[in-house]
Amino acid sequence: MKILTGNDLKSGAVVWWTGQDWSIHVEDAVDVGDQADTILAREEAARRVNASYAIDAEPDGERRVRPAHIKDRIRAHGPTVRPDLTLKPADPDAGNWVI
Amino acid sequence: MYRYDQYDQAMVDTRVAEFRDQTRRRLEGKLTEDQFKPLRLQNGLYLQLHAYMLRVAVPYGTLNAAQMHVLADIADKYDRGYGHFTTRQNIQYNWIKLEDAPDILADLASVEMHAIQTSGNCIRNISSDQFAGAAADELIDPRPYAELLRQWSSFHPEFLTLPRKFKICVIASETDRAAMKLHDIGIRIVKNEAGEIGAAFYVGGGMGRTPMIAPLIRDFVPLDQLITYSEACLRVYNRYGRRDNKYKARIKILVHELGKDEYARQVEEEFAHLLTQGIEPPIAELERIMEHFADPAFDTAASDDLDLSDPAFALWVERNSVAHKQPGYVIANISLKPVGGIPGDASAAQIHLMADLAKDYSFDELRVTHAQNIVLPHVRKADLFTLWQKLEAAGLGAANLDTIEDIIACPGLDYCSLANARSIPVAQKIAQRFADNGRTGELGELKLKISGCINACGHHHAGHIGILGVDKKGLENYQLLLGGCEGDDTSLGKITGPGFTEDGIVDAVEKATDVYLAQREEDERFLDTYRRIGMEKFKEAIYA
Amino acid sequence: MLDHLRFRDDEPVSAPAVTVDAFLDQTNAAAVRIEPGDDARSLLPFLEQLSLVEVNFPGFGDGRGYSSARILREAGYTGELRAVGDVLVDQLSHMRRCGFDSFLPEKPFDPEDAQAALDRWPEVYQATGDGRTPIWARRHPASERG
Repeated sequence: MKILTGNDLKSGAVVWWTGQDWSIHVEDAVDVGDQADTILAREEAARRVNASYAIDAEPDGERRVRPAHIKDRIRAHGPTVRPDLTLKPADPDAGNWVI
Repeated sequence: MYRYDQYDQAMVDTRVAEFRDQTRRRLEGKLTEDQFKPLRLQNGLYLQLHAYMLRVAVPYGTLNAAQMHVLADIADKYDRGYGHFTTRQNIQYNWIKLEDAPDILADLASVEMHAIQTSGNCIRNISSDQFAGAAADELIDPRPYAELLRQWSSFHPEFLTLPRKFKICVIASETDRAAMKLHDIGIRIVKNEAGEIGAAFYVGGGMGRTPMIAPLIRDFVPLDQLITYSEACLRVYNRYGRRDNKYKARIKILVHELGKDEYARQVEEEFAHLLTQGIEPPIAELERIMEHFADPAFDTAASDDLDLSDPAFALWVERNSVAHKQPGYVIANISLKPVGGIPGDASAAQIHLMADLAKDYSFDELRVTHAQNIVLPHVRKADLFTLWQKLEAAGLGAANLDTIEDIIACPGLDYCSLANARSIPVAQKIAQRFADNGRTGELGELKLKISGCINACGHHHAGHIGILGVDKKGLENYQLLLGGCEGDDTSLGKITGPGFTEDGIVDAVEKATDVYLAQREEDERFLDTYRRIGMEKFKEAIYA
Repeated sequence: MLDHLRFRDDEPVSAPAVTVDAFLDQTNAAAVRIEPGDDARSLLPFLEQLSLVEVNFPGFGDGRGYSSARILREAGYTGELRAVGDVLVDQLSHMRRCGFDSFLPEKPFDPEDAQAALDRWPEVYQATGDGRTPIWARRHPASERG
């Protein structure tokens, strides 16, 4: 699947295209097929996202979306060396899918 | 240390207003990201892996308690409670919001700090010797010259769109503690045969994809021509540095392609012309700056005795303290490399504590080193034990300076979008391995440096042992280098052979140290043994 | 919106600016355009006859034009020095300091933003030949200097 990611312009938060808007949870990301360029151009121009790009991903059991490259998985989850600063600090296994 | 006058303050305040306005125009859509990016970079604001990252300048690595307290407050108020001290003596925050950035810059300006030109294609923070003003072996304190150059380079209208970033280092001792020759311009303040003080200019050093040691371009520039000569060096670069290829745009490529003699000749020509233009500040300006760097009021009766009966304290003194020029004093190094910690990181609470310790025990002064540690430059021996106890209580007492545990590591793929591999877990595993096998002390001075990508922010080319993270078919992989050195005898590390997995590189490092322990003669450090026996025996053991 | 900004009292030159190569071939033109890769010093023997030098910025990130401008002013050029191309509001004050006295940006300026940018800096650290007193000269007025 092809999913879209970027950063929120004001906050810098890592975000994922849900089909309607941008979410900080990679699980909400949808397959955009061949619409990536169209969507990105529109969203960037409206300043609803910044520094956006398309990446490959796979569904990964339980509807979780797994970005193909480790860099984007770290973006999705947070730094592997500070579990307390990740999106799911209370869940000790939340980072297992990253590496 | 330097204190702003009304003019310096006006400049940082103006800069805050300018950036506030530029940010507003970006958020309103009047500036595109392409137009805004160089503006925010020149205020230290990167769009990074997790959020915006802010790099605050610590000019030549020097700061005081009030400034440290604000750095801690920024971590708490705008970030996630910690900061990262970098290999260019700066501090970085990883979770910054663009909408907060102007307020953060205003907070910094209130204590004479800024993030000016800490990124972008311009002259960056000027680095210096972390022991300046305290070391016994320096000719003179190099920092006034660094301050003169800082003011000259700040908002210099001709040099804000250079082909690439530009890094300057100034030292004033025979011993190079700041990797001077690995900078775009490295300056050593020297004395000539007539006894006059001037500057030796080394131009064209750097690391990254094509590491190079800066050749000597001019052996003596009189002090009253320092700015004019620097301007000539920069103008030749601005005019002729490559702009066709981002990876060949540093001045080291220009110097290499022209040859050092031709580059020097072009600079001489421009220099001769610029000398007619009256751009040099009067010597009175340098003298004015130097007044800020006079020695603190040392206690001349301070005792040189030190009670080393506590073995843990004795170890910390042995490893982390350095001889001071003033009897009764030492230079105390605070390691930010506790085993299992993140190299160079400090919590807001730790930063507050270090500020208090500086105020109480070091004439209100601290330094950031390019090895990502902190220095309290002027500590009385009589205060050292109390200081150490307070450091220990705060998790800042690691007695491992310049040992294999004192690893320089860039933030790597955990934090940096440029990285190919994570560097921090590798650093943690290596430190843990040697804490576990108990060989840290036996190995002595061993500078291990890790970069998560070829940009070499971890200075891996200059490590006695260097590690470079690469992407091997989508997986993290690590190359091992041996024999780099950043000091006077600067050398670039050589790769051992094929790369390793994360666990593999830890084993490889241990095997390399085993070879050293088996082969060393007398007082040889790892680096000395490697230089004597060469790569072969290391390769055999590592790839056995 | 401002598509032209000029800080001179004299009449603008109406002749088109020729390339440096063409200028050096014919040398009777009054207006020339410098590209980033041109050597501004090749014009030095001919400054007397030049009324307009345009410095092209094909991309705002290529800063060679700033050095070209200063080189011309340092050599005594007093004619119009115009920045053209990808010239942005946020470079205006730097360009003024390097000696530019007119601007022809591809994308017109917002007049308020342009004025704010030009008025921004009450002080300057460096001497660049633009006549502004650098901070070091304020600290050490000429009468006190050796």
